[in-house]
Amino acid sequence: MQDALTRAGRALRVVLLVALALLFLVPFYLLVRNGLASERDITAPDWTFFPHALQWSNLTEVFRDPNLPLGRALLNSTLIAVSTTAGTVVLASLAGYGLARIPYRHANVVFYAILGTLMVPAAVTFVPSFVLVSTLGWISTLRGLIIPTLFSAFACFIFRQYFLGFPKELEDAARVDGLGYWRTYWKIVVPNSRPVFAAVGTIVFIGAWNAFLWPLVIGQDQESWTVQVALSTFTTAQSLNLHELFVAAGVSIAPLVVVFLLLQRYIVAGVERSGIDD
Amino acid sequence: MLGPQRRNLWFWVFVGPFALGLGLFTYVPLVWSLYLSFFDAHNTVSPDASDFVGLGNYGAMLSDGAFLASLGTFVLFTAFIVPATYVLALALALMVNRLRVAQAFFRSVFFLPTACSYVVAALIWKLSIFNGVRFGLANTVLGWFGADQTAWLSTTHPPWYWLVIVTVRLWLQAGFYMILFLAGLQRISPQLYEAAAVDGARPGWQTFRHITFPQLRATSVAVVLLLVINAFQAFDEFYNLLSDARGYPPYARPPLVYLYYTALGQDQNLGLGSAGAVILALIIAVATVVQARWFGLGRKGED
Repeated sequence: MQDALTRAGRALRVVLLVALALLFLVPFYLLVRNGLASERDITAPDWTFFPHALQWSNLTEVFRDPNLPLGRALLNSTLIAVSTTAGTVVLASLAGYGLARIPYRHANVVFYAILGTLMVPAAVTFVPSFVLVSTLGWISTLRGLIIPTLFSAFACFIFRQYFLGFPKELEDAARVDGLGYWRTYWKIVVPNSRPVFAAVGTIVFIGAWNAFLWPLVIGQDQESWTVQVALSTFTTAQSLNLHELFVAAGVSIAPLVVVFLLLQRYIVAGVERSGIDD
Repeated sequence: MLGPQRRNLWFWVFVGPFALGLGLFTYVPLVWSLYLSFFDAHNTVSPDASDFVGLGNYGAMLSDGAFLASLGTFVLFTAFIVPATYVLALALALMVNRLRVAQAFFRSVFFLPTACSYVVAALIWKLSIFNGVRFGLANTVLGWFGADQTAWLSTTHPPWYWLVIVTVRLWLQAGFYMILFLAGLQRISPQLYEAAAVDGARPGWQTFRHITFPQLRATSVAVVLLLVINAFQAFDEFYNLLSDARGYPPYARPPLVYLYYTALGQDQNLGLGSAGAVILALIIAVATVVQARWFGLGRKGED
């Protein structure tokens, strides 16, 4: 009896899990369904689970539409995401290493000043940051879109925690060989810390690619739109054919899904690292 | 060994560029904003001395019904999204954690929405699931049961738009918090469960209540804090779901959307917007301290 109950419970759990998994995949299915359908199939009053014919031509059509600067927006997003990731990882890891490993009397003060900015959410700083960037004349420039986002206290914190646990013996061996801080860092520490760099790098990349508020505020000219701003403009203000909008959304998310699935274990490790320090 | 002077130099070589940038792009704007909040600064970031209005902007902000309503919207949104995400993420983690086959597959499926942007998710929700016309998925499903069509985003009585707003974020973030809970579950010592079994605790609800849930306390505190802070910053899905060519509707404006239209809209009232930002910063600071006290964070050292 007990046994049968346990088995029924387990079966129920599996059914529930499969149902939830299918529900979670519905939005991705809709993206593909609508992106590869004809306009008439999407707006047909009677629902069809699959379009009558897959319209692969949507993929080329969307890049030719003069109203939607998709190619330029993808290029901007790529430039921004790549340089934000590279810059953030270099700056934050150097700072994290210095805070963790180089003795300095006021290191704690510096650390708390950095940590304090984590308490100041973007909700509070976006108006003043906009003020600063407009004073610098950086509105609608890649500089304005990239440079202010390079200093992530969150990334610095993760690197510091990681380097605190880095095996000291490796660095001592390098010290014996006569390497200073700088060369020890690049020759010994970085090559032995690839997973944490991959974790922070992927999380920063996804965040930069998907960022919306800052690119919306700073990227005012069409030439400086990121792909999120371009999609948003056609979701909110201007109209566009649905099949084009959906195929554009699909194109915008495809590289991320690939990155995500390939590097998932690093992201999971990074999320676990960031959540709680115990 | 290096002398202390050389070490100080190296410290600043490593930390300096980061600290300088953070100071320039976080602390300088904050201080500047505080300064602007005392001025009547329309379209300008360097107001004249004659534009000094003292606490005028603060008074205007705190007596502005729309600003207060935006705080109410945040409270309501938090009341929906925090418990919903917490329960769903924990349930997913518990179920995935006990799987013996295909665990990685299910974990990926629930975690995958994290890769999607709010813009794309809002686009799918607004134009395909909850588009309010007959070819929308939600209305199609309702139609199978003979229910009427609903204009999800523009119906204010009852406020169906909340269903749209909450489900977007729920879908996007549940998997992220599931990962946090999975990590927490893996840190629970199996011996605790063995001891409980010896004491006659039945697997299931009893074990969950007396072992799993208390052991997840640290994770739970972190999850709730992150959920509230993120809800406070909500902008993307509200903006993309609700604004259209005519602007933003008069309902469901969270604080950030309100600030966006005040400071950067047609008016460009940067003084007023700055005062709003300062008020929000104070609210967040107070809320964080209260929450930390409440959950007993920082008491770790005394244990």
